[in-house]
Amino acid sequence: MTPLLEVNDLKMHFPVREGLFLRASKFNRAVDGVNLHVAPGETLGLVGESGCGKSTLGRCITRLYQPTSGEIKFRDQDISRMRNRDLLPLRRDIQMIFQDPLESLNARHTVGEILEEPLIIHKMGNRQERQKRVAELLNQVGLPARSVTRYPFEFSGGQRQRIGIARAIALKPSLIVCDEPVSALDVSIQSQILNLLVELQQELNLAYLFIAHDLAVVKHISDRIAIMYLGRIVESGPGEALYRNPQHPYTQSLISAIPVPDPHQKSQRILLKGDVPSPINPPSGCRFHTRCPRATQICKEQEPVLTAQPETGGLVTACHHAGPA
Amino acid sequence: MQDAILEVDDLVVEFDTDEGRVRALDGVGFSVKAGETVGVVGESGCGKSVTAQSIMRLLPQPMGQIVGGAIRFHGQDLASLSLEEMRRIRGARIGMVFQEPMTALNPVHTIGRQLTEVILLHKKVSKQEALQKAVAILDRVGIPSPDIRMGEYPHQLSGGMRQRVVIAMALVCEPDLLIADEPTTALDVTIQAQILELIQELQQDMGMAVMLITHDLGVIAETCQNVVVMYAGRVAERGTVYDIFDKPSHPYTQGLLASIPRLDTTPKSRLTIIPGMVPGLRDLPPGCRFENRCPFSDEACCVQTPVEEAVSGQHTVACLHWKALSPAQPGGVI
Repeated sequence: MTPLLEVNDLKMHFPVREGLFLRASKFNRAVDGVNLHVAPGETLGLVGESGCGKSTLGRCITRLYQPTSGEIKFRDQDISRMRNRDLLPLRRDIQMIFQDPLESLNARHTVGEILEEPLIIHKMGNRQERQKRVAELLNQVGLPARSVTRYPFEFSGGQRQRIGIARAIALKPSLIVCDEPVSALDVSIQSQILNLLVELQQELNLAYLFIAHDLAVVKHISDRIAIMYLGRIVESGPGEALYRNPQHPYTQSLISAIPVPDPHQKSQRILLKGDVPSPINPPSGCRFHTRCPRATQICKEQEPVLTAQPETGGLVTACHHAGPA
Repeated sequence: MQDAILEVDDLVVEFDTDEGRVRALDGVGFSVKAGETVGVVGESGCGKSVTAQSIMRLLPQPMGQIVGGAIRFHGQDLASLSLEEMRRIRGARIGMVFQEPMTALNPVHTIGRQLTEVILLHKKVSKQEALQKAVAILDRVGIPSPDIRMGEYPHQLSGGMRQRVVIAMALVCEPDLLIADEPTTALDVTIQAQILELIQELQQDMGMAVMLITHDLGVIAETCQNVVVMYAGRVAERGTVYDIFDKPSHPYTQGLLASIPRLDTTPKSRLTIIPGMVPGLRDLPPGCRFENRCPFSDEACCVQTPVEEAVSGQHTVACLHWKALSPAQPGGVI
C-alpha cells in the first residue's frame, strides 16, 4: 500500500540563543534524521522519554514547525517547505489532538463555536449545515447535544479530550497526530478515550500518529511502533514483534522498566545508568552508548543505521550489537 | 504480627470552600507496619493526597480540618499534637517525598544548604558532621560526585536527580515512616524504575515503613505488600497485594484492573470501561459513592452506606453486594 505519510531524513534544529547579542552558536537537535511512514487507516505509535523529540516530530508533520531539512511527503506531495497559504487545504487532512485539552481549547468560546470554527475557516456549508455537523460530531464522540452552549471549563478532563477529538475529526481528516492524548487522564477515563479513538479509526478510516511515553497504551492502540531516543528512531516494527522480541538494548530496557500490574510477575528490570544526554550536544557515534550495557568502542565512533533484523517479524534496528536481551 | 507504626482510624477531614463545607475524607482507616510498603491507590479526587497531608498535618490552612478519627504514630495521636511537637516529628521521624521535586526544593538555596538545614534542625550535630552526613546520603541515593552537587542549585539537576535529592532530604534523619505521594509520576519510565528500586533498597537497609500513594496499579503491584483502594474519600477495599490483584472484590477495583491496557492484550481490542466519572465532593451520592458508575448497583446502594466487611484475613471490602460478585479476573469482563 502506498503510504499516506512518508518522512525522510527529517531534521528540526532549534537555535539556542545566548550571550550579549543572542547569537545562535549552538543548536538543539530535537529531531535529527528521522524516517517513517504511515499507511492509510494505520496507527504508528511513537514512544520515547521526555526530550527525545517525539512531540517536535509531531509538530513538524502537522507543519506547526518549519523543519530545518528533510522531506515530509503527504499523499506523495512534499509539504515540508510549503507556504502557509498552500498548506490550508492540507490542514483539513492532517489534524492534531493535544495532551491538555484545557490549554488547547479556547476558554472563551463555547463548545459549539470551537467545533464550528474549522468548518467556517474551510468554508464548509451554510450556518444550518454547520450546526447539524456540530451536533453530529458531539454525538460521535459521546457528548450530550446540550454541550453546544457550554464552555470548556464546565467539562471534566475526559470530556474535554472528547471535545478536542471532535474538533480534530470535524473536517474529516485522513491523518491525526495524537500527542499524549490520554496521559493527563485517570485510568478509568483513559480506557474510555482509547476505545473512542479505536472506534473512530474504524468508522472513518483514520490514520494515527500516536505519540506517548506509556508503552502499554501505545502497544494497545498501534499497528506498528517506533522507538525514539535523542532525536532519532532506534527501532521500529510491528507492535507485537517489538514487544515480544526487541533487538535494541534501549527498547529492551524501556519494556523492562514498565511496572506490570500483576504481583506474581516481578519483572527483571534492566536498569539504565544516568539520564538522557542533552540534545544540544549529543554523544558521538551511537547516541545511546553512554547508557548502554552493550556499548563497545565502535559505538562511540560510528553511528548505527536502521537495519532490518532477520527472523524478528519485521523489526528494523539501529544498533551495532542488536540482538535479543 | 508486628505492631503498626501508623494507624489511621476512621479519619474524617472537611474543607471549607466558598460553596460550603465538603467532606474530603469520610471514615478512612488503614495501618502501616514496620518495614512494609502500603500502596494507596485511587483516581484524582479520591482523597489519597489529603490522607497524606492529614498524617503530616499539612492540610491547607485554615480550610482543611480533621474533624474526626485518629492518626496514631507509634501509638501517639498526631491529630492532637501541637504544631511545635508535630514539627519535631515531621522530617525526623516521618519523611515525605512529593510528586514534583522542583516545587519541593527551594530554588534559591544550594542542595547542600537545604540538606544540612534538615540535619541541623533535627539532630544535635556540628556543622561539619552535618556536611559529612549530607554528602554521604547524596552518595547513598546514587548522585554522582556528591561533594560537587552540594554546591549546586536545584535547577542545575535533571528531574530524576532532583527527585533523588528530595528522597535524600526525606531520609537523612532515618525516619520510621516514609510517605511518598506520587514520587515517580513526573518521571520517565526508565528513571521511575531507578527511583522505585532506590526506595526499595533504602527501605530494606533502614527497615522503615513506606506509604506509597499512586494512581499506577503497575507500581503498586511491583512495590507494595498491602494495598488500600480509595474512591471518593472512602476506602473501597484493602488487603494484601495478592488479595487485591487476584481476588478484587469491590466492583471499582475490578473495573480499574480490567480497564488498564496491558502489554499482553490484543491490540485495539475493546477495553472494559467504568462508565461516567468520579462524582464531585459537592454532589456525592447518599449511599455507596460508586453507585452511579457501578454495574451491580440497585436501590439499596442508593440509600445504604456500605461498611467494610472482612473477605478473608486482612482483606476487607466496602460493598453491599460483594458476596454476590465473583471476583473478576484482571482483564475479564465484569
